[in-house]
Amino acid sequence: MKATAWMGTDHVKVIDVPDPKLMNARDAIVKISTTAICGSDLHLYHGYIPAMRKGDILGHEFMGEVVEVGPQVRNLKPGDRVVVPFPIACGHCSSCQRGLYSVCENSNPNAGIAEKVMGHSPAGIFGYSHLLGGYAGGQAEYARVPFADIGPLKVPDEIPDDQAVTLADVFPTGYMGAEMCDIKPGQVIAVWGAGPVGLLAAASARLLGAERVIVIDRFPYRLRLAEQHAGAETINYEHTDVLDTLNELTAGRGPDACIDAVGLEGHHGNAAIYAYDRAKQATRTETERPFALREAILACRSGGVVSVIGAYGGVVDKFPMGAFMNRSLTMRTGQCHVQRYTRPLLERIQRGEIDPSFVVSHRMPLRDAPKGYKIFQKKQDECTKVLLKV
Amino acid sequence: MAEPPPRRRADGGHAERRGPDVDHVDGVRLPELDGAPPKNALPRTLGWLSLALGVGALAEPTPLARLTGVDDSPAAVAVIRAVGARELSHGAALVAGRHPGGWVWTRVLGDAMDLTLLGRALAHRRGERRRRLALTTAVIAGITAVDLAVAVAATRARRARDRMIRISLGVTVNRSPADAYRFWRDLENLPRFMAHLESVRADDLRRSHWIARGPAGRHIEWDAEIIDDQPNRSVAWRSLPGAQVPNAGRVRFLPAPGDRGTEVRVQLAYAPPAGSLGRAVAKLFGEEPEQQVRDDLRRFKQMLEAGEVVRSDGSPNGISVRQQVMQRPAQPLPDTRR
Repeated sequence: MKATAWMGTDHVKVIDVPDPKLMNARDAIVKISTTAICGSDLHLYHGYIPAMRKGDILGHEFMGEVVEVGPQVRNLKPGDRVVVPFPIACGHCSSCQRGLYSVCENSNPNAGIAEKVMGHSPAGIFGYSHLLGGYAGGQAEYARVPFADIGPLKVPDEIPDDQAVTLADVFPTGYMGAEMCDIKPGQVIAVWGAGPVGLLAAASARLLGAERVIVIDRFPYRLRLAEQHAGAETINYEHTDVLDTLNELTAGRGPDACIDAVGLEGHHGNAAIYAYDRAKQATRTETERPFALREAILACRSGGVVSVIGAYGGVVDKFPMGAFMNRSLTMRTGQCHVQRYTRPLLERIQRGEIDPSFVVSHRMPLRDAPKGYKIFQKKQDECTKVLLKV
Repeated sequence: MAEPPPRRRADGGHAERRGPDVDHVDGVRLPELDGAPPKNALPRTLGWLSLALGVGALAEPTPLARLTGVDDSPAAVAVIRAVGARELSHGAALVAGRHPGGWVWTRVLGDAMDLTLLGRALAHRRGERRRRLALTTAVIAGITAVDLAVAVAATRARRARDRMIRISLGVTVNRSPADAYRFWRDLENLPRFMAHLESVRADDLRRSHWIARGPAGRHIEWDAEIIDDQPNRSVAWRSLPGAQVPNAGRVRFLPAPGDRGTEVRVQLAYAPPAGSLGRAVAKLFGEEPEQQVRDDLRRFKQMLEAGEVVRSDGSPNGISVRQQVMQRPAQPLPDTRR
């Protein structure tokens, strides 16, 4: 089959690899119809996530048709159209039973490596380094899906791929980011980052009853999407001071909750500050560029919540612990527990409350994946999200 | 600020971490797992012999000189007194010392000195004295042989003890203690999650035959017996005498607090032999035997919770130390490798 493989920093290639086969009784094989490139794939593309190997198949957002199931998978049959959550979760460990699917205790066969880095291992993830399991990803014609009796969600025919594929990652992730803010009527929510996840976090904050949503980014076209689809006010951090503007917009209070939808490859309006973390990251004395996180903590009103859904990999520098502790802030974090959200969010789509496909800007065939990565990386052609059609 | 609770002191000198609830479910104490191996009594016996000889030589040097046939020498009494004093120091070290095994070597050294003295005395004597001296020399030579054998055995035993590897680890499994016990107690299940085992055959409720995968296609086999079996609580086993790699193990199944299933706590001990087999065993367990056991327990948890050992394209055989270090690319296996 054809598959998108990581060949090294800034280098992906569509190559021929063997078709996947069932390995375990709870596996399914899915023939992929639509798969997406995610912002966190760019961290792999840029070489910031360790434990990648040349030839690793990328991709953790995909959907398609079940073509084969193992003997223990009784809820799916060949022909079913499914969307597959990006965290691989067994469904039976304590974490899964508490709904914490992205920290499944069993799904990372390389848990020993992850423990050395993180203390304990999170769940395995499709196409996301050997640290997180060494699973082949879904930017391919077929994918093997472990624990298929737990993860995949059947999608009704009337929901198009462009909407359904967002349920694999970006929509649940944005929604969980907003949910963790514990939004009360009248509250103001600020979102750092207007990529697909930030946009869907802003839209979800609206769904959950936020009075106002403020989105912070540097690309005018992305900020426009936030205005159009989430009714957000916007701040372009390259033109205005974020903290001043947020204080002004909230009459000095600061946002009630702040969502970091940027993660480890942030940018900063001030060239000197950006250069400092960029240099530390390049020499690996710091693994992240946590501008959004620092700013979110300083901006948040006292007693508020900082919700972190941007991806981080290692250690951050200059974490404003003083502000965080002295001002009674709460931080809530997590890779999204996608399995918890797929069905309720599908129902919201079916009820017409939201159409998450507004974040998609580009559609192209799988063989153009390298071009898709390039466009998305460079933010060319007003790119927000690339779907690959198989 | 609340004071942290005092830390429990781990027993023994090795780094064994024991959970708070472990001790009261102890069934049998196993020297391999729970503490010092049985002491060899011979070195202490030799110590008492030294003390007796030393006291005798200091109190009655003249009859002793006559008995050994050196009573014609003016220096005899002084030499015998010196030998007696030396014997007292051996004796004290052997009887009161912490590692009598090592002190036996001082006796061997003393024996060598005595034999040298006796040899020189023999060269200058004839008749009755020479016969007595020859007899004394023969006796001392016999004692030397015993001392040497005991010293070598004690040193070997200490080296084996130093090579003894003890591992103690725990994992929490989201199943009842009864389920976890039942899966483990069927010893034939062990190779499904213990990487180094090829097979375990249960001969009856107590006896079993184990085959471990050695490097280079080599197999290590041994018979084991269950020495303690408390249904739904614990199992302990030990290799039968004659195993190339003596080993023992115990697993306990404790209800995890807060209704979180079962704490499975495992203790293992094995004594890799010296030489090439020892090196093979070391290879088998890799650089980090503890990591291997941790991975075994992870697989045990996967079997019980998820019903299968988790596999990925990078780790197609599930968790293993070697696999984690030598990852293949995350893409489906070619047909030849399935």
